[in-house]
Amino acid sequence: MIPAAFDYACPTSVEEAVRLLAEYGEEAKVLAGGQSLLPMLRRRAARPRLVIDVNRVQRLRGVREEADSLVIGAMTTHHDVIHDALVRRHAPLLASATETVGDPAVRHRGTVGGSAAHADPAGDLPPVMLALNAGMVAEGPRGRRTIPAAEFFVDRLVTALEADELLVGIRVPKPAEGWGFHYEKFQPSAQAPTLVGVAVAVRRESGSIAEARIGLANMGATPLRAAAAEAALAGADATEEAVARAAGAAAEGTSPMSCGGTPSEYRAHLARVLTRRAVLRAVRSTGRNAV
Amino acid sequence: MNRISVNVDGTTYEDEVEPRLLLVHYLRDRPALTGTQIGCDTGNCGACTVDLDGASVKSCSVLAVQADGGEVTTLQGLAQDGEWHPLQRSFHERHALQCGYCTPGMIMAARDLLRHNPDPSPEEVRYSLRGNLCRCTGYQNIVQAVLAAAAAPDSVTAPAAGGEQTWP
Repeated sequence: MIPAAFDYACPTSVEEAVRLLAEYGEEAKVLAGGQSLLPMLRRRAARPRLVIDVNRVQRLRGVREEADSLVIGAMTTHHDVIHDALVRRHAPLLASATETVGDPAVRHRGTVGGSAAHADPAGDLPPVMLALNAGMVAEGPRGRRTIPAAEFFVDRLVTALEADELLVGIRVPKPAEGWGFHYEKFQPSAQAPTLVGVAVAVRRESGSIAEARIGLANMGATPLRAAAAEAALAGADATEEAVARAAGAAAEGTSPMSCGGTPSEYRAHLARVLTRRAVLRAVRSTGRNAV
Repeated sequence: MNRISVNVDGTTYEDEVEPRLLLVHYLRDRPALTGTQIGCDTGNCGACTVDLDGASVKSCSVLAVQADGGEVTTLQGLAQDGEWHPLQRSFHERHALQCGYCTPGMIMAARDLLRHNPDPSPEEVRYSLRGNLCRCTGYQNIVQAVLAAAAAPDSVTAPAAGGEQTWP
């Protein structure tokens, strides 16, 4: 299928991209890795007047280390995120979840910022950003601001970015001692979208779980925190029984869709099963991934 | 219209293209390299996989204008002086195809794997080919062909037309 006609701009600076966004507003679409946008254009699910390709904005690529966080450029590809030594050391959950995205050719083009800004509820990385308390760094005509991941995902394919703002990077806090991580997902086949994904960060204190953050993919119109399971895990014993009990609450407060032959009850079941698995694996990894 | 200059399988092409033209359509229509297939049109099947600047990409999910200044290698750029690439030979010898439609994408994806993992396990081969669908053979012969090519001494070093890209 052939996309509807559009004009094409290929800015080399964030400032130029933002100026075009301000001029065209909702009639512009930012082209990052294109692995979601180009299929949408081909289906004519999107018909922008202008496509702003930010692939040649060098400043948006690469990973920078700061005292207490990593800043990952929005145009850093999945492939580069997976192989980046800083990400593997300080954000192992992001590296391991990114390894499950698409396939090698998709990961060569797809980008961390594109995944976030696309805000697909079935996306693997948005729940990771919730579990990591990431900050989404945006630049626009009024300057730069950081939007907490918890406020960034507004609705299906809708983010808190203003029409004239560009997502330039993701700020991921470095974990302190004692944190463990795991991403678990279920896809009925390699080509299918993630049916449910669970991103877990837990902090262990000797025999118990001090704190847990759990992000869920595809359990509502946006990625969600499994707040009831998080509360049940806080202070719980780090045992299989206690984790299974807490994971039983993983679907509370979520609103999974029924579609494509998948009833919402099945998604809720998957959320409980995958949360139990992911928390146990995250607990077992505590200490190994900590800085 | 946008002016682009793209090196495809060792030959440089200068063209005026519409921004909406997909790389796969450009490759098939302009240099008439129809070895690169249009399959699912959704980004899932991998039949259109080519190499762009040293990395495998699905050419249905890249705009031709994005390849401006770049180097593309298609399946048709792999044979050298009439000699098949080791992967082409191995697919032929192991009967790793039936209708053959997915084969160009399979070989380009396998080539990408062997370039940075010259000794993959069967599991790694299967994992790296998950973005390429075959509706005929059931993959067993394809996996065996990739493993056999990996074991062949000239599999990784065989140059592509236009010079091999260095993996970053």
